[in-house]
Amino acid sequence: MRILDTAPGAKVLALGHYQPSKVVTNDDLAKTMDTNDEWIQSRVGIKERRVADGESLVDMATQAGGKALAASGLSAADIDLVIVATCTLESQIPNSSAVVAHRLGIDSPGAFDVNAACSGFCYALAAADSAVRGGSAKHVLVIGAEKLSQWLDWTDRSTAVIFADGAGAAVVGPSDTPGIGPVVWGSSGDKYEAIRIPDRHGSLGQEGQTVFRWATTALHPVAKLACERAGVDPSELAAFIPHQANLRIIESIARKLGADNAVVARDIVTAGNTSAASIPLALSRMLERGEIRSGGLALILGFGAGLTYAGQVIEIP
Amino acid sequence: MAATEQDILEGLGKIINEITGIPATEVTPEKSFVDDLDIDSLSMVEIAVAAQDEFGVEIPDDQLKNLKTVKDVLTFIQN
Repeated sequence: MRILDTAPGAKVLALGHYQPSKVVTNDDLAKTMDTNDEWIQSRVGIKERRVADGESLVDMATQAGGKALAASGLSAADIDLVIVATCTLESQIPNSSAVVAHRLGIDSPGAFDVNAACSGFCYALAAADSAVRGGSAKHVLVIGAEKLSQWLDWTDRSTAVIFADGAGAAVVGPSDTPGIGPVVWGSSGDKYEAIRIPDRHGSLGQEGQTVFRWATTALHPVAKLACERAGVDPSELAAFIPHQANLRIIESIARKLGADNAVVARDIVTAGNTSAASIPLALSRMLERGEIRSGGLALILGFGAGLTYAGQVIEIP
Repeated sequence: MAATEQDILEGLGKIINEITGIPATEVTPEKSFVDDLDIDSLSMVEIAVAAQDEFGVEIPDDQLKNLKTVKDVLTFIQN
């Protein structure tokens, strides 16, 4: 037996994103449930979010993936693996990745979905990094896509004000130097009940306080360890892009991480919490808005239902 | 030596100031977190977590909801 030719490193070559055009403001939500703009902004940090208006999850993933592919300068024929991180797909089978690949004209790539809820993109990126470095794929399309709107109880003000729809994507390819650092991942299955969609007829339920406490205590050590494993001091980070769960969680982890020179993602303010899509969506939108620059180092950190978490340092494409 | 009530009050005032921006001098024993200091449940969790780091006493969520005033927290930490 032999192993394949390997690559010394892998990196993110390009990004893309898609958001539905339908904007739902806090005032819109206040018309149908007992909540208000001030309460939502102070507790969660969201001003408005996007909700699918006819788009399926695959539609959004395809749009984001197509944009990342176009931005990479590669053609569909160059992609040999497609990974979609999602926990809100309409169907049990087929998975979304094979359908997305087909729609993008990517012929017979490896195709699998990853469900690690809001941590999914970081897990998928780690899998892509390993595949490229190990030689089992050359170019990987990694997508985070969610359609939370179809799994929400729109009368439940504790969840309906938080979650949203969207997709973000990255093309990963070989590199002479590492552009994706070692992943630090893990889970706390003892808290499996804290965030759940129990079955396909159910809606998303969350024990807000339990999750908040976990997120503000358990995750900054993970963030620091991801930096340490990559050989990067937090002060060297140009950006910190955690899962856009809640602005207060984001600010708490950022404060404890001490990445004093980093731009901290606040994409949640206008994008809402889009689970596995939030990190690539924030990365792509921040790059587009000029908030982060190509070549800088960003720490990404996913966390969510499971409870699961994963994070790594990446070079911004 | 165990921390005195005054020490804990000062430490708590500092924590609350860092998390909420409320001046530490306003954090006095008789104050209610919700009614007087306008501190919400998520900030209470952050305060409990910071208090655990500072004083080494864990305040679980099911106990936290019963701590209505600054005095309640002081008593919980001391016991």
